[in-house]
Amino acid sequence: MRGIGAIAARLGVALLYVFILAPIMLVIAISFSGDNFIAFPPRSWGLRWYAALFAHDGFARGFRVSLVLASVVTALDLLIGVPAAYAIARLRFPGRDGLLAFLTAPLLLPTIVLGLAILLVFYPLKLAATYPGLIAAHMVVTLPFVVRIVATALSTLPGDIEDAAATLGASPTTVFRRVTLPLMLPGVIAAAALAFILSFDEVVISLFVVGPRLSTLPVELFRYVEGRTDPMVAALSTVLILATISVVLVVERSVGVMRSLGR
Amino acid sequence: MAGDREGRRGLAAALSLPAVATVSLGFLLPVVWLARMSLNPSDASGALGEGWTLHHYKELVTDSFYADLALASLKMSVTATFFALMVGYPIALFLHRLESRWKTLLVLLAICPLLVSGVVRAYGWIVILGDAGWINSMLKGAGLIDRPIRLVNNHVGVAIGLTESLLPYMTLSLLAGLGRLDRGLEEAARTLGASPLRTFLRITLPLSLPAVVLGSTICFMLAISAFVTPRLLGGGRVFLLATEIYDQALLTLNWPLAATIAVAILVLFSLVLVASGRLQRRVAQ
Repeated sequence: MRGIGAIAARLGVALLYVFILAPIMLVIAISFSGDNFIAFPPRSWGLRWYAALFAHDGFARGFRVSLVLASVVTALDLLIGVPAAYAIARLRFPGRDGLLAFLTAPLLLPTIVLGLAILLVFYPLKLAATYPGLIAAHMVVTLPFVVRIVATALSTLPGDIEDAAATLGASPTTVFRRVTLPLMLPGVIAAAALAFILSFDEVVISLFVVGPRLSTLPVELFRYVEGRTDPMVAALSTVLILATISVVLVVERSVGVMRSLGR
Repeated sequence: MAGDREGRRGLAAALSLPAVATVSLGFLLPVVWLARMSLNPSDASGALGEGWTLHHYKELVTDSFYADLALASLKMSVTATFFALMVGYPIALFLHRLESRWKTLLVLLAICPLLVSGVVRAYGWIVILGDAGWINSMLKGAGLIDRPIRLVNNHVGVAIGLTESLLPYMTLSLLAGLGRLDRGLEEAARTLGASPLRTFLRITLPLSLPAVVLGSTICFMLAISAFVTPRLLGGGRVFLLATEIYDQALLTLNWPLAATIAVAILVLFSLVLVASGRLQRRVAQ
């Protein structure tokens, strides 16, 4: 009896996993459809939607914008987020808990509210539908992750090695360059990968800040799905899923995703 | 030593200044501005006016359209949170008890939708639930239906998609809660002769209640502000608070009204947080 119960429980869990994974699996499957519209299972198979995808101007433009945007956002996030994280994790000063809370506060706000709020300020400043505007908007929601991940990575590192280097006569700059930086590198890589993925995928805030001349890939994708549904979106989605998996795998191989997220 | 402390403070301030400036300009200022904007008048066409007014708040409270909207949002969020709990709890319990080298992989699979764009997953649900989708072709193939049943562009589709999008957060919260649970208690109950069901009902479930409350709170807050899933799976026919913010801000261009609805969502948020905090203290006792 117990055997049957255990098998039934496992079967139930397997069904729940189907529920979790079905949308992603079916998107990948239907990207190889040869039909003009969404039908599953498709009547014919083929690569025509991949060919259509690479010939689609809107997606190509959006892809270039998103790539530039995510790269700049990630670089700037690291440039200003890593020093802040270092200050929070390594310098004993009053109010550092408050500082961390302030820098991660944007995560508490729903993106639909934050997107609207950013639009209301950026529009009169003529920042809407510009690169600086999009970059600033994306930094608001990615910087908190960078600060938190790098600060967590730093605070779990023992300070002894840095102390030892300092005792042995290394200058503070040398200690930072030769000891602290290499030790915190895994955390920095993980933070960079996450910031890049989040910015590249961001859609709700972008919807408020993009314009007809400057639009990101997720926004183009959103508008396409809103308007009509043919398998081209599936082809694009499959490419995006594979890209995300490769980023995650590279990070996992070099540092370990779970560890680097500070869990 | 005092000089050292001063120096450290100065260094900390210098290191964190750019980040503080970014968050102040991109978060603090916009939120204050949003609150101010909700008090701006707007004329019939939605154009922005000068001055102060409580008009939009009055509209929100007295116009039954917004009451219905808020009610629909609440219902949808409670439904999706409930189903996320019903699906997430068995998965979390299974993963918590699993002792296998596949455990890490199965945990990753359970939360991997987090890494896939919400737009892509909504599209995946259209492939499954649409008129020519997977479920309708299966039912048709089995001879159970002649005409497709409507599973998208209505509340059903939104509820299913929303449940799936909340699930990773629920599973992670529950998994964290179960991880803190003392394994010895369950084993003791079993050794003393309690059946697996009794052990679950008397030990595991009560001890995991704080995690249930926390996970449900997170999911409810995500659900009430979710936009992409309701928009794409609702096909423009499901009206919720979040979709109304978008419509007012970008289609009708009535920014004060959009700001007022946004403030209303934030008020709802704080109420839920306070209630959840109280509930958590109670179940923890």
